[in-house]
Amino acid sequence: MEEGRALPQSVQQSAAAYAVIREQFKGAVSDFDANETMPFFEVLETEKWPEIALFMRDHPKLKFNYMACLSGFDYPAEEQLGIVCNLESLGEFGHRIAVKVKCPREGGSIPTAAYVWHTANWHEREAYDMFGMQFTGHPDLRRILCPEDWEGFPLRKDYRVQESYHGIKVPY
Amino acid sequence: MQELGMAEQGSIRVSRKDGNVVVIEKDLATEEMVLSMGPQHPSTHGVLKLECMTDGEVVTSAEPYLGYLHRCFEKHCEVVDYPGIVPYTDRMDYLAGMNNEWAYCIAVEKLLDIEIPRRVEFIRVMVSELNRIASHLVAIGTYGIDLGAFTPFLFCFRDREHILNLLEWASGARMLYNYIWIGGVAFDIPADFNKRVKEFVDYFRPKVVELYKLLTENEIFVKRTKGIGIMPADVAINYAWSGPMLRGSGVKWDLRRNDPYSVYPELDFNVPVPDGKFSDIGDCLSRHLVRALEMEESLNIIEQCISKMPASDGFNPRSAVPKRVRPKAGEVYARAENPRGELGFYIQSDGKSTKPLRCKARSSCFVNLSAMKDLSKGQLIPDLVAIIGSIDIVLGEVDR
Repeated sequence: MEEGRALPQSVQQSAAAYAVIREQFKGAVSDFDANETMPFFEVLETEKWPEIALFMRDHPKLKFNYMACLSGFDYPAEEQLGIVCNLESLGEFGHRIAVKVKCPREGGSIPTAAYVWHTANWHEREAYDMFGMQFTGHPDLRRILCPEDWEGFPLRKDYRVQESYHGIKVPY
Repeated sequence: MQELGMAEQGSIRVSRKDGNVVVIEKDLATEEMVLSMGPQHPSTHGVLKLECMTDGEVVTSAEPYLGYLHRCFEKHCEVVDYPGIVPYTDRMDYLAGMNNEWAYCIAVEKLLDIEIPRRVEFIRVMVSELNRIASHLVAIGTYGIDLGAFTPFLFCFRDREHILNLLEWASGARMLYNYIWIGGVAFDIPADFNKRVKEFVDYFRPKVVELYKLLTENEIFVKRTKGIGIMPADVAINYAWSGPMLRGSGVKWDLRRNDPYSVYPELDFNVPVPDGKFSDIGDCLSRHLVRALEMEESLNIIEQCISKMPASDGFNPRSAVPKRVRPKAGEVYARAENPRGELGFYIQSDGKSTKPLRCKARSSCFVNLSAMKDLSKGQLIPDLVAIIGSIDIVLGEVDR
């Protein structure tokens, strides 16, 4: 953030919402990153994510009832995979915030939020399809866009496409 | 009758003999049958497969299978630079290319933090609203076909052709435009474009009314859609529905109003929401109704654009287009109101490369379709067709 430039109102709202979460969960969440394009915080204790999610959805001052987006990402340098959820309080307060949850790259897992927001079901399936992190407790964790017997996870930075698929040469 | 008491244990087959009911078979078990609709099926609007468990005529569950049109949009984004992604976004929701490009450009412009010339903004609003009408015309026309009404489809496509001609005149392409660029538009609109658009608006207004009479108020159509596939507002929000789907459930939510971008705050338009008199709130008819009403609002917006657009003297549509797009390190999630709902782009930039580290498209159809499993429970098979049609999916956007 540049000096002397006041934060936009939407970021101030996000910061106020973050303060409520911080008060409840203390060390389980990271500091607030108040950038202008996408203010976010990180969940440091991954196993607390469903609890935080439920708190964010149901707390009378937060009411994040709308999960706009859930995207997976890959940080090869940090040996981590993760998801970022863009949440919004639709029709209640109108504030927005993004949450990041990370897990180790090999054999990592994140608890599912599909029971908090139904929409997370398919988004998590897509993230699993593309990055290969497990979502523990997910009701139906299968590949969604790639075929069931596809090898590897395409959006990982070190992905190499398989040589052949059912006798069809894949790289051309 | 004692025999008929058996009905509790299972179905029975009875016949009449000399005025008495005779049981021919008892304890008939009903059997569930798997019925695959698609991937090649006219009512799935593309290559979607629905695996339905059916008990007679009743669908007990329907599981959508997607990915038949998966073209690795997000993988391509890793190797293409920022302006090069724009044509790919066209091919996602190919019925509303302008809106897709715009949503993507908004995301990158937010990262770059650049100011857009006013005339460019109005041009963008105008072409996007034209494209919105074209997209709704396809949605309404094909929905009619799904339910057995063929004529409205022809009427819709006749009018859509006028819009495609206009957009072709401006951009050079009929469906896949690559017209809206990061920071500007490819070309200024042709000299008489606004005049022709005005002519189209005047031509199209009575046609909207005609379409009402032909389809929306058609008794057969109403009977097929009213009260079918009802989605309560809170569940719709939990499923992150957006656009006409969410408004059909009675939630007055439009990103052009509630998270305004571009010059929408200056424009005067309504956000149509069903009032429950003509349709049951949240049913297929409400969703259709929202689309039909939205077309008129789009016409209003276009008219205001024509009158408010700054003159073209000394205007360069590419004046704010950056020579080399290399945003500072950061992340952005930006969205725009598409004909099918909220189209969002999540972009990660590392600050060094001219290619995004990660570019995810939050597709509105994908999210809207995810409620299909819940929505289809206990419906009849013909109603299932009505429900899929009302979601108005474009498989290019679902699979990306």
